[in-house]
Amino acid sequence: MTKIIVDGKEVDVPAEYTLLQACEEAGAEIPRFCFHERLSIAGNCRMCLVELKGAPKPVASCAWAVKDCRPGPNGEPPSVVTKSPTVKKARNGVMEFLLINHPLDCPICDQGGECDLQDQAMAFGVDNSRYAENKRAVEDKYIGPLVRTSMNRCIHCTRCVRFTAEVAGTADMGAIGRGEDMEITTYLETAMASELQGNVADLCPVGALLPKPYAFKARPWELGKTESIDVMDALGSAIRVDVRGREVMRILPRVNEAVNEEWISDKTRQVVDGLKRQRLDRPYIRKDGRLVPATWSEAFAAIATRVKATTPARIGALAGDLASVEDMFALKSLMANLGSSNLDCRQDGTKLDPSFGRGSYIFNPTVAGLEEADAILIVGSNPRKESPVLNARILKRWRMGGVEIGLVGERADLTYSYQYLGAGAETLAELSAGKGFAEVLAKAQRPVVIVGQGALLRADGAAVLAACAKLAGSRDGWNGLAVLHTAAARVGGLDLGFVPGQGGMDAWAMTRPGALDVLFNLGADELEIAPGAFVVYQGTHGDRGAHRADVILPGATYTEKSGLYVNTEGRVQYAERANFAPGDAREDWAILRALSEVVGAKLGFDSLADLRKALYATYPHFARVDAIQGGAINIANAGALGTGAFTSAVDDFYLTNPIARASAVMAECSALAKGRLQQAAE
Amino acid sequence: MLDDKDRIFTNLYGYGDWGLKGAMARGAWDNTKGLIEKGKDWIIEEMKASGLRGRGGAGFPTGLKWSFMPKPDPLRPSYLVVNADESEPGTCKDREIMRNDPHLLIEGCMIASFAMGAHACYVYLRGEYILERERLQAAVDQAYEAGLVGKNNKNGWPFDIYVHHGAGAYICGEETALLESLEGKKGMPRLKPPFPANMGLYGCPTTVNNVESIAVAPTILRRGAAWFSSFGAKNNAGTKLFCVSGHVNTPCNVEEAMSLPFRELIDRHCGGIRGGWDNLLAVIPGGSSVPCVPAHEIIDAAMDFDTLRGLKSGLGTAAVIVLDKSTDIVRAITRISYFYKHESCGQCTPCREGTGWMWRVLTRMCEGRAQKREIDMLLEVSTQIEGHTICALGDAAAWPVQGLIRHFRHEIEKRIDDYSANPHSDTVAPLAAE
Repeated sequence: MTKIIVDGKEVDVPAEYTLLQACEEAGAEIPRFCFHERLSIAGNCRMCLVELKGAPKPVASCAWAVKDCRPGPNGEPPSVVTKSPTVKKARNGVMEFLLINHPLDCPICDQGGECDLQDQAMAFGVDNSRYAENKRAVEDKYIGPLVRTSMNRCIHCTRCVRFTAEVAGTADMGAIGRGEDMEITTYLETAMASELQGNVADLCPVGALLPKPYAFKARPWELGKTESIDVMDALGSAIRVDVRGREVMRILPRVNEAVNEEWISDKTRQVVDGLKRQRLDRPYIRKDGRLVPATWSEAFAAIATRVKATTPARIGALAGDLASVEDMFALKSLMANLGSSNLDCRQDGTKLDPSFGRGSYIFNPTVAGLEEADAILIVGSNPRKESPVLNARILKRWRMGGVEIGLVGERADLTYSYQYLGAGAETLAELSAGKGFAEVLAKAQRPVVIVGQGALLRADGAAVLAACAKLAGSRDGWNGLAVLHTAAARVGGLDLGFVPGQGGMDAWAMTRPGALDVLFNLGADELEIAPGAFVVYQGTHGDRGAHRADVILPGATYTEKSGLYVNTEGRVQYAERANFAPGDAREDWAILRALSEVVGAKLGFDSLADLRKALYATYPHFARVDAIQGGAINIANAGALGTGAFTSAVDDFYLTNPIARASAVMAECSALAKGRLQQAAE
Repeated sequence: MLDDKDRIFTNLYGYGDWGLKGAMARGAWDNTKGLIEKGKDWIIEEMKASGLRGRGGAGFPTGLKWSFMPKPDPLRPSYLVVNADESEPGTCKDREIMRNDPHLLIEGCMIASFAMGAHACYVYLRGEYILERERLQAAVDQAYEAGLVGKNNKNGWPFDIYVHHGAGAYICGEETALLESLEGKKGMPRLKPPFPANMGLYGCPTTVNNVESIAVAPTILRRGAAWFSSFGAKNNAGTKLFCVSGHVNTPCNVEEAMSLPFRELIDRHCGGIRGGWDNLLAVIPGGSSVPCVPAHEIIDAAMDFDTLRGLKSGLGTAAVIVLDKSTDIVRAITRISYFYKHESCGQCTPCREGTGWMWRVLTRMCEGRAQKREIDMLLEVSTQIEGHTICALGDAAAWPVQGLIRHFRHEIEKRIDDYSANPHSDTVAPLAAE
């Protein structure tokens, strides 16, 4: 710790702190544009100039470390002044320079109301302009379907350039020209290739880069803001859902250091239009091969007839990828009341099983723990597609240096370099024998073995899991087995034991022809259900599940209900309701509660609070929001490793779930990404 | 006046052979091994004692700069980088060294590298210097062939020298921008600290020196610090190349003792001011980036760092630009202002936005199409740039404008009065005779 005097107040800060951090510690506010906590220091906006006693000129506080300050002549701590006339003059000067070429178009600028330049001009600027010349005009650039540019407004802070280079790892953006003709652009105005590109609009301190789909839609002060959790992938990024009336206008990231820092993927951010399209807003019943609108009681009656006509062993239930813990708990309870043990929440057929212990199906090292890893092995996964934000964390670790990364599976551009070890099970078998990269893992203090669903949904999935667990080894206080899920509901479902009971059928068996008479499908849209069974589809979008349904019960999406989700780390997170479901659609637990009474298997709760009370009584760890409960790994009867290459579980990042498939923006992104792939292949 | 026997650059005008043979006949590469055998500490002490101040413009003591280099570390090699990106308008001294006496530079690189424990030296050459690159490269090849440099050379210090040709950006003459450019990145200055002596080229300890500072080192060491420091006033020791251009009868490059009076410099070497001393308007004494000094202040001033700083200007690179009374001083400074606007790298705000602003206001002032209050505004804008930027280009852009307003405010005011008195504003005041 080093002592430093800020405006006459002595503070004790770590020597590697910058003056800007030290000043904040002392309570002095320093304006800044180019500085961002998570990006490298550029020091180019010059807004954060402060006076350092003994320095001939004002210094950029964002770039000057406390340890670079010299003590005073008699050994007194270095002294910084942030409120002197010199500092005020410097700030006024820089602010004036920034504004001379900044257009006066705040009334038509989407950034208005949440603009750093606006706010700081109020606080540190002057109220008139002395600039009588023409303002600079800069042509707008095309940089992709998600970010709209208005380059007249750019203040050249280069946050976007640093973000794409350092966090996204794609180096999409850069500056061309020099001096006042410097322009920020992508190479030849091609679309950015990153799955995290939407974040540049958040980073932009002015209105130069703005989210394109949200352009001219709303003003920040007319939006209701709800803090929630994302379900587009299994990471459970912290988000803020901004709503006007009943409509979700946009989704922004929240800071959660443990999970997403402050980034979210483009799917998380821009899936918004998918929440409005293709929605199921009333119940339907299939009559003469066609789905016709019905009332809730007609739909329930149709289901009750079918349920009462069959035996419990011929009834089954599937849970999809976006279901909350409460929904699955309600469905599981309903099936228990009906006497059926045909349950499955693993529609992709992954071989993970709660009986292997909780440690066998969560991301044990935790996302933040990746930063401590000294060797990382990726098995059957493409983290860039399966969880781009988690991939950014691996990139962050890689950029720190001193980590070896190996990959078994599909070769892909992960934005960092890695050793390609092999394609599939054969390579994994070699590693299990202790050869090659296994030695690196064995020597590592903090090894991480990331297993993707692509390697686990094969017939030998359990054997792959066991091999990976063995490779991860065991260290004191460190479990290196990291299962990377692709579905937000999966860990919650496994925690609940939403898997076949004694003698019950799994997802594959239930969807075979003639396996069941009645199948409850809670939003499982990624698998084919064979003809025969009477399918009750409870979901939100007219996707594959709804097409196969005999009765449709319209449910609520993740922004329309409050619920618990457990992310891939096993972290229980609470998603808050931001708006209401459209039309007749209802929250899913309430639908199941109402249905249970009609089919004669009444559930014992009348409110969400009652439901949670019952849930917490059986599964106490769900009550500990934001905590991770560890667990043992005990993989029995794993079998032998097979042969063949691993493929990633996610083929098209932009279209992994019904909400994303309903979104026009995601479709455009998907088409662009496919085009890039084709171009690369040629 | 400097005697011929005391000149370091004895082939400055290219009358002799620039090659290795000629250079050795003139004394280059003489007992380099002996100098190296005297050891690092001796070289650095001798350089400090000579009082040599960096010849690139800032005038930082060269010996002191060399002594900042950390001890050799096998994991982080040290580098010497020679700044031959001589782009300051008016300056052409390094050009002549590389054309006509390249071996002095190469020998200097060898000795300087030894003194700071560097085994590799990069010479970053200005993009426009085509002939100079060919000459320097040829001289380097000669030195390799003769076994004077290279892995196993006669002088006993493994040493490689590389000539790197820039792409012609003024900002790459700034030491950290030069390093960025040398690394293959965009030439934009880095933040300091860390200074290059700690984190320079490829993150390793690096010293960046001007061509002239390096090229004079072998001769200083051979003839002794006392010889070198016998020239010039206190703290301004040695001999210096002056590049006199502008309105003198015979513009020239000349090596002279420091602290020579301006009048003597011009009368002796440049054939006097065009039209006589009464016709002198002002002088820009150190390359375009220093403020101009009006005639009556400069005529009897000593040409050295401290005297010129006392006149609120600077010696800079000793590129003396003489302006006689036929000069439209406002237009001249406007042109300089345009140069800095054009060469600003665009990285930091005050320089990027401010240089263009100053140039535009000055362009109007040339014609008188301005308000008198804008003169003060212009001065304030220049002080808003000065000292607030990452590198010194901001200062370099501000100083000429400040010099203009300090000494020739009346000229601008007259221009404005003339313009507003003229009812036919499309025919503005006559421009300068060229």
